Amino acid sequence: MERDFTKKKVRWIERAMEGSLFLAAAAAIAVVLGIVYVVASESTKFFSHVSVIEFLTSTTWTPLFDNPQYGIAPLLTGTFMSTIVALAVAVPLGLLVAIYLSEFAGSRTRETIKPTLELLAAVPTVVYGYFALLFVTPVLQTWLRPFGIELPSFNLLSAGIVMGLMIIPYIASLSEDAMRAVPRAMREGSYAMGATRLETSFRVVVPAAVSGVVGAVILGMSRAIGETMIVMVAGGTQPQMVTTPTQGGATVTAFIAQVALGDLPFGTLEYNSIFAAGLALLVLTLMFNFVAFWLQRRYREAY
Amino acid sequence: MAVTDVQAVRDITAHPPGLGARKFKDSAFIVWGIIATIVGLGTLVTLVTDLAHDGGHRVTSAFFTSFPSSEPALAGILSAWVGSLLVIATTALFAIPIGIMAGIYLEEYAPKNPITSAIEIAVNNLAGVPSILFGLMAVGIFVQFLGNPNKWFGFLPEGVREAGAHLFGQSILTAGITLSLLILPVVIVATREAVRSVPREMRHGALAVGATKWQTTQHHVLPYALPGVVTGVIIGISRALGETAPLIMIGGLTFVAFLPITRPGDATFETIGMLDEYGAAVDPNATETVHITHDGVVVLPDFTERAVQAGQTLELPHGSSIQSTADWGDAIASWNPGHWLGQEFTVMPIQMFNWTSRPQAEFLELAAAAGIVLLAITLLMNGTAIYLRYRLRKSIKW
Repeated sequence: MERDFTKKKVRWIERAMEGSLFLAAAAAIAVVLGIVYVVASESTKFFSHVSVIEFLTSTTWTPLFDNPQYGIAPLLTGTFMSTIVALAVAVPLGLLVAIYLSEFAGSRTRETIKPTLELLAAVPTVVYGYFALLFVTPVLQTWLRPFGIELPSFNLLSAGIVMGLMIIPYIASLSEDAMRAVPRAMREGSYAMGATRLETSFRVVVPAAVSGVVGAVILGMSRAIGETMIVMVAGGTQPQMVTTPTQGGATVTAFIAQVALGDLPFGTLEYNSIFAAGLALLVLTLMFNFVAFWLQRRYREAY
Repeated sequence: MAVTDVQAVRDITAHPPGLGARKFKDSAFIVWGIIATIVGLGTLVTLVTDLAHDGGHRVTSAFFTSFPSSEPALAGILSAWVGSLLVIATTALFAIPIGIMAGIYLEEYAPKNPITSAIEIAVNNLAGVPSILFGLMAVGIFVQFLGNPNKWFGFLPEGVREAGAHLFGQSILTAGITLSLLILPVVIVATREAVRSVPREMRHGALAVGATKWQTTQHHVLPYALPGVVTGVIIGISRALGETAPLIMIGGLTFVAFLPITRPGDATFETIGMLDEYGAAVDPNATETVHITHDGVVVLPDFTERAVQAGQTLELPHGSSIQSTADWGDAIASWNPGHWLGQEFTVMPIQMFNWTSRPQAEFLELAAAAGIVLLAITLLMNGTAIYLRYRLRKSIKW
């Protein structure tokens, strides 16, 4: 088989390949710019009709009413409430699992449990939404009734709990990676001083892995903030100031999807309100990404 | 004091005070760790059991071959799984080459400069951006901008503008591109890890005998990185399959009683009237003249199905008529991506969401059945990926 390996042709292929590989990689930048551009430019149109002050300070979000009010606060309280519930479930469970797998379990157990747990993150979120609405909520209603709490069928508690279960693998898996990266010698030093495994875990391993653990928690948190389907199906779509998790309420994401499901025409002020909500979401998640990055830099222990 | 010191020295072989309690705490923690693990795994089991209990009896062969319907007993996920299949095919078409190429670039080619760090920051941030924001971007760019060529691209020839208006907008192409951008970071990161794990010596060997950089990458790095890349692609595709929110944003319909592609032999028709999200015909008096050329089944605006024969004209209760204009040529042409890429669509997660948001118990059963199908596919895909990764770790030892 005669193949043409003339210098010119080979060099041309090299150039072309390098160029196209670069273009593919640069697509990532284009996507980020695209997201920022669309959200920012449509929000600008929104903010030319609604003052930023009203957006940030008003406590009513009723863009679809006759007398519309655009205060993002109710949506933010919904988002924060469901996220807090999710973290209250996922952080203790995720860290327990991480410490158990990293410090106590044998390598066989770890190799089996870790990937199986990761399946939790692979379940489509709309399935979780169904589970929260039609399994968790009825169960909680039965459990809470003796305490005199009547849980409405749409509530942020069950949405948050299911969201927490969903992000367990993010927190467990990444924290476990961080803990296992702690050098063996540090543990052995601790054992040699007579510390038990538990004492070593909490006083040596976890402090040494703290930057990875915090990063994992923040990643889980930003998942929870951006999650749409679970809160939309199980949390309700009525924007209101949320003060307890047993209330229902719209989150930023649920509101955006709710409007998109309706038949509002693109370009109206009502429709543009979802871009303003999207801007709030974007700022929030980028902020957390940045904080995670900064924390990891600041508290990184290098070995 | 001296006495106790002597005592302590004598007791050096005995347990130090409190060791029993400390050891007990140690074992007790294992119990807590196992409980936490069981809660995680138990969630998965409970989820599967709950869905199977609620909707298992609905997963029949008719469920896969029926259109959604306002009559729960007749409803199925035909348009949803066909839609998912087409959307995912489009997603794969974009995400796999771009993701792999970007991964290779970052690992093998990228010089250390500000552009490279910008790309890396972009990839990392993309992984953390909520999926619904990808939907907002798609609305702005693919639906409103590229989907309205007459408004923005008046200078282009009319044929190009028409093609653009057909392909973009609330179409399968838009959905596929959006999801591919969403899973891009997953594919890129997996490719990078796989490429990085190929030892340096492999490259050096190839370069030493005169291979160019791309020849080295193509013949000596990629083949060994392939299993890792495939694992990442499977995980990314399975994520795209379960994604709902961005597709709701770009207008994935919640009720679709037609297929974007049509098999020869099915009755095809141009439109059955506009349907609202609850599946009711918005304009029951819409008169579309369509001519039926195949024997098959037609879903009418009132959701009754009727067998039709070639050449027939249907008389509907309210007086309008539906006729199919499709012929063999159309039916075959409809397999052409140029045809179905521009069609409106629904996907399985949207179908499930639609059924979940209905109050009637029968629809909730359908939702559970759709959930079983979705869950089965995604868990199977992820299971395959995990198995591949496991095999990879076992079989290749550098």
